[in-house]
Amino acid sequence: MTGNEPPSDRHSDRSANSTTAKKLTRRGFLKGAGITAASTALIEGVQGFQQEALAATPEHVKEYGPEAAPVTLHINGREHTVRIEPRTTLAEALRVELGMTGTKISCDRGVCSSCTVWLDKMPVNSCMTLAVDAVDHQITTIEGLSVDNEVHPLQEAFVRHDAMQCGFCTPGMVMSSAALLERNPHPSEADVRMAVSGNLCRCGTYPKIFAAVLDVSSHQATKA
Amino acid sequence: MAIHPTEVIPDALMSSSAGASDAASKTVKMPIGIPDFTLREEERIVPDSEPPVLPLNKDLKYIGKPTERWDGRAKATGRARYTADVQLPGMLYAKFVNASVPHAKILSVDTSAAESHPGVKGVHVIEKILGNAVLRNPSLEQSRYPLVRYVGQPVAAVAATSPQAAEDAAAKIKVKYEPLPFVVDMDLAREADAPLVFPGAADQAGTAGGGGSAGGLTQTGNVHGPAVHKVGDAEQAFKESDVVVDAHYTTQVQTHSALETHGVVADWKPEMLTVYASTQGTASVREECAAFFQLPMSKVRVITEYMGGGFGAKFGAGNPGVVAAALSRKTGAPVRLMLDRQEEHLSVGNRPSSDQRLRIGAKKDGTITAIQLISYGTAGCGTGAGCAGPATNLYKWATLHVEENDVFTNAGPAAAFRAPGHPQGAFALEQSIDELAERLNMDLLDLRDRIDENPVRRVQRQIIRESAIWKSRHATPNTDAGPIKRGIGLSQSVWYRHLTMESAAEVRVHKDGSLEVLSAVQDIGSGIKTVLAQILAEQFGVPPAKVEVKVGDTNYPVGPNSGGSVTTASLTPAVRDAAWQASQKFLASIAPSLGTSASDLSLNEGMVRSKSNKFQPMTFRSAAARMNTDQVTAQAKRIPDYDPKKYDTYGGVDVAEVAVDTETGRIHVKHVYAVHDCGRPMNPTQVISQINGGVIQGVSYTLFEHRLLDPNYGIMVNANLDKYKIAGSFEIPKIEVVLTESYIGQSSTDASGIGEAAGIISAGAAIANAFYNATGVRIRQLPMTPAVVLAALNKPKPQMEAL
Repeated sequence: MTGNEPPSDRHSDRSANSTTAKKLTRRGFLKGAGITAASTALIEGVQGFQQEALAATPEHVKEYGPEAAPVTLHINGREHTVRIEPRTTLAEALRVELGMTGTKISCDRGVCSSCTVWLDKMPVNSCMTLAVDAVDHQITTIEGLSVDNEVHPLQEAFVRHDAMQCGFCTPGMVMSSAALLERNPHPSEADVRMAVSGNLCRCGTYPKIFAAVLDVSSHQATKA
Repeated sequence: MAIHPTEVIPDALMSSSAGASDAASKTVKMPIGIPDFTLREEERIVPDSEPPVLPLNKDLKYIGKPTERWDGRAKATGRARYTADVQLPGMLYAKFVNASVPHAKILSVDTSAAESHPGVKGVHVIEKILGNAVLRNPSLEQSRYPLVRYVGQPVAAVAATSPQAAEDAAAKIKVKYEPLPFVVDMDLAREADAPLVFPGAADQAGTAGGGGSAGGLTQTGNVHGPAVHKVGDAEQAFKESDVVVDAHYTTQVQTHSALETHGVVADWKPEMLTVYASTQGTASVREECAAFFQLPMSKVRVITEYMGGGFGAKFGAGNPGVVAAALSRKTGAPVRLMLDRQEEHLSVGNRPSSDQRLRIGAKKDGTITAIQLISYGTAGCGTGAGCAGPATNLYKWATLHVEENDVFTNAGPAAAFRAPGHPQGAFALEQSIDELAERLNMDLLDLRDRIDENPVRRVQRQIIRESAIWKSRHATPNTDAGPIKRGIGLSQSVWYRHLTMESAAEVRVHKDGSLEVLSAVQDIGSGIKTVLAQILAEQFGVPPAKVEVKVGDTNYPVGPNSGGSVTTASLTPAVRDAAWQASQKFLASIAPSLGTSASDLSLNEGMVRSKSNKFQPMTFRSAAARMNTDQVTAQAKRIPDYDPKKYDTYGGVDVAEVAVDTETGRIHVKHVYAVHDCGRPMNPTQVISQINGGVIQGVSYTLFEHRLLDPNYGIMVNANLDKYKIAGSFEIPKIEVVLTESYIGQSSTDASGIGEAAGIISAGAAIANAFYNATGVRIRQLPMTPAVVLAALNKPKPQMEAL
């Protein structure tokens, strides 16, 4: 994944292998960004390459930009069409275009994870994900975690344990740790620390966040 | 107080409406001291209008009980609306243009290309900058635009229809600078021939959160000060001391790094300027907007529904506030201006550095004969680097000599930061006190017992003495033989009972039994909303979740600015007074339909009873249906403390356990045992959350955080959250909190805040003292990075791998 590929390629990748999203690592992204920055001097060559790539684009592939264009996103089980420029991040599309402001932007460069959403249940930094790259994925935001007015057990546990102060990191913390519980219903404290290791909280609520996640885990144990 | 003409007013209320000072008074007995340790009763003379004395927490139903955060669900589900989430019809997005040079005169600002950029609706060039210190003699500088004094100082701003358009257009603004010599290193700035940050003496006023410094101090070059505080003849006392501990300490600049950046949405309409602000003080934003634009206070409304952390840096409208308002006025549309992460590091505050020479003289028995602290610190192009609070206020001394100096540098101005000056000061003082104990061959706690008479701290030390963690401490330093050495250390903290009388609230009782409390106070994450709900819950006997809390809007009665731990101490008595008065009016309004008088009625634990048994006890809700009006209201404002001559401090004793890897230089803080005092804890759940947070912020400050400026370019090289490291999930110690519930008989709630005293003050010294216990080596420099640790241990620096 270099970040230079058109969305279509990734789409076909994904239909073949749903784990592609897992390859969206920060290291992979930085590599891509590095290539982009280093190649400024070669911009003409790149443009030439792009034209070649476009010429070779299969017909079913959708192209975006450079102007704003309609893009359809699957968010919390519903389709939303927004008119955005291709550079619009998923976080901006959610917040600015769709008014879904539960997803927060704090560092805007993939460090604090306040903007965590799920792409096909995989937590990603929506500030580091272009909205067009989220097309054809199931996006889950904090607004979609509670289904049918039923608050997610983890959100209840966050309230019960006071796992928040100012609350600005809370949606991201909830999304990261709920994703952990999806893939591992009975995590250890070390697992929880790992799952939120990308999430920063400046008020210092971590101990109660760990407790909240482990509490849900233990409840799931009694049910089982 | 708003009084409805048809209401029956009990006598007590009539007297209170005449004003507290000349009102009739009563004598009450109040609990004083610490339950299970020192509890007794004292008499206080209080205004007649005051509610009955609030019993101890153990005898209450809602106050003092662990209570769910009132808005916890809104925060956990993402429904909570922060300033950055506000969206108004036709709203524009604004972006600052910031100075790229550390010191310069702006010759011209060419905005033409930006103005013609698609989507741009307005451009504003700043002609008055806020936050920086101000020249006493402004005529020393002649310039149309404010002088640039640091990289990142806002110069202009663009408002456009999308964030992208604003960003693109901002990049098209051309600023022409005449560069001036600059200095970003404090030691270089102190030199005689250093470039001058200001051409003459300059001062920075403090904010509601502290910071700033006294005006009128001498200034020599870049050195602003000293502010001198002398009691007795310290030099003579040192000569007569049995022991003198003399040490030099340095601490770094820390940035606040709240997750929600500074910002506003400003909506300028002919009839009203409305500002949605991420602020710790709705009142402070209103005042600054009114003053800046010369508007009546009544024409400025400030709203803060939720705010994402401030830690002292968010008072007043600031540059984002006034620029967004100016752009809104210019464009006729609401304007959102939220800073980005880099701007947040550069331009809206930081904790100043410190360079402290601390001398402590003592007698053989531990009595302190003299404390001398000469400190320098840089608050960038602001002031407020004083750090003598702990040295002055933590222990008893016979003589004192303090000199605090601010050193101007070409860096962003400091702002109040959680316990301004105290983490720096305690880092030095509490290490030197430990050193003194060692020199005197005294136990660390015994020495503190001798020099600290505060009764609460005494109990806290006793709790520490009996704790498992303290008992497991190595008696002598450097005991462990292996490369990883374990150590335990402690530090005390001190903070003050600051109050603001501008703290008021209104309580409403509706005929359907619903309850509201209204105050302009903002909840900065410490949970004042929950506490207000608990107070009404206690008065009316309904669960806190059933109380409607309306705060963060200047349309409501004035609320305190949340800085210096004032909110709980200032506002809760006003709310309890209003709740009690509303309950009395409520009884008066139901008495007629119950065929009795208000004095025959009581409301306790949610039940209305007749003393003469005129009717069966009924619930508050069914009694409310009998009100002779749709709504009763009562407003109350903070009255002075019951005993204004009494002066109290708050604080705690924190114990830290560390494991030092002497090969890599890494310090792992394993366990913190935190014993703290905030008067009556209103909601222990939230108090513990804040102490966890103070400890973690303190660990972060001690081990990681460091604002780094490139001396050649004056640029901050780590203005983000990846290279500016703050503590994350892997660095969180086990934290145990013990609250020493204490009563001082000062108000109708006898509560206080915990924000400052919550652990950030003592973490640095506790970790440093634990490091000493582990290794036998003192670290007198923050942050204690692996390089600093290895240098202290005289280990060679690890070789970098060849790339």
